[in-house]
Amino acid sequence: MFATILFYLFGAVLIASALGVVLAKNPVHSALLLVLCFFNSAVIWMLLQAEFLAITLVLVYVGAVMVLFLFVVMMLDINIEEFRKGLAGYWPLAAAVAGFVVFAMINMIVVKHLGGVALTAAPDLPAGPYSNTRSLGTVLFTKYAYPAQLAAVILLVASVAAIVLTLRRRSGGKPQDIAAQVAVRAQDRVRLVKMPSEKRS
Amino acid sequence: MITLTQVLALSGILFAIAVAGVFLNRKNVILLLMCIELMLLAVNFNFVAFSRFLGNIDGQIFVFFILTVAAAEAAIGLAILVVLFRERRSINVEDLDTLKG
Repeated sequence: MFATILFYLFGAVLIASALGVVLAKNPVHSALLLVLCFFNSAVIWMLLQAEFLAITLVLVYVGAVMVLFLFVVMMLDINIEEFRKGLAGYWPLAAAVAGFVVFAMINMIVVKHLGGVALTAAPDLPAGPYSNTRSLGTVLFTKYAYPAQLAAVILLVASVAAIVLTLRRRSGGKPQDIAAQVAVRAQDRVRLVKMPSEKRS
Repeated sequence: MITLTQVLALSGILFAIAVAGVFLNRKNVILLLMCIELMLLAVNFNFVAFSRFLGNIDGQIFVFFILTVAAAEAAIGLAILVVLFRERRSINVEDLDTLKG
């Protein structure tokens, strides 16, 4: 009962903040409301006993991805008014598509009963000390070991790609060329000139 | 106790809001990326819910991979956005017509 109340409470805040993300005038407000979305989702995932993923959501999304979003939103000076022009007419279309998505979902759940999957009772967790992180890790590093490696490669490629994309070589800069510094010889730098001494007049 | 129906309805509403957001913020690339993140969150909700109610941990593994790929996507997407803004001084989708598609 208490879990249901918490679910409705956080679900309501989640939907309200999702609406805020979509409708906010200022992109900074959108990003901050998206952070609120992720926090509420994490709480609901905890209610569904997915503790590891809930913490991952907060750490990875709120801690990394949304901070990146906020950086970019604040770094680019965007004319907010320009984006709102001429989009008011899209309200009916947006409402129709969203309504269709909700209708399809409810049709699937309520009318077709998900093809007969039991909807109410969740299976009990194993008795005794149970760790979501341990069971997740056991499966991840045995059955899904190769996909885990692939995910790591994707992350590496993504970070390299992001750096290479945004790296900017300014012309006229004076960067340090270590190879040239090491390879330099004395005769390149110093010129010894022989000349006779001059008489004092 | 929470039922599967409740969680699926919540994620359906979340996905619908995100789809409506794509229509309403058609011009702003940053908000489009945020709407995509919301959609992925709704999908992850479904995975977590089914993983819990079918008693199968594999769904949570999928969420793990989706989170990984979404983080990579956000990083590259925002990098492209920064380069784009440097080139054209604008992130309006309507200005991106160089390819004349």
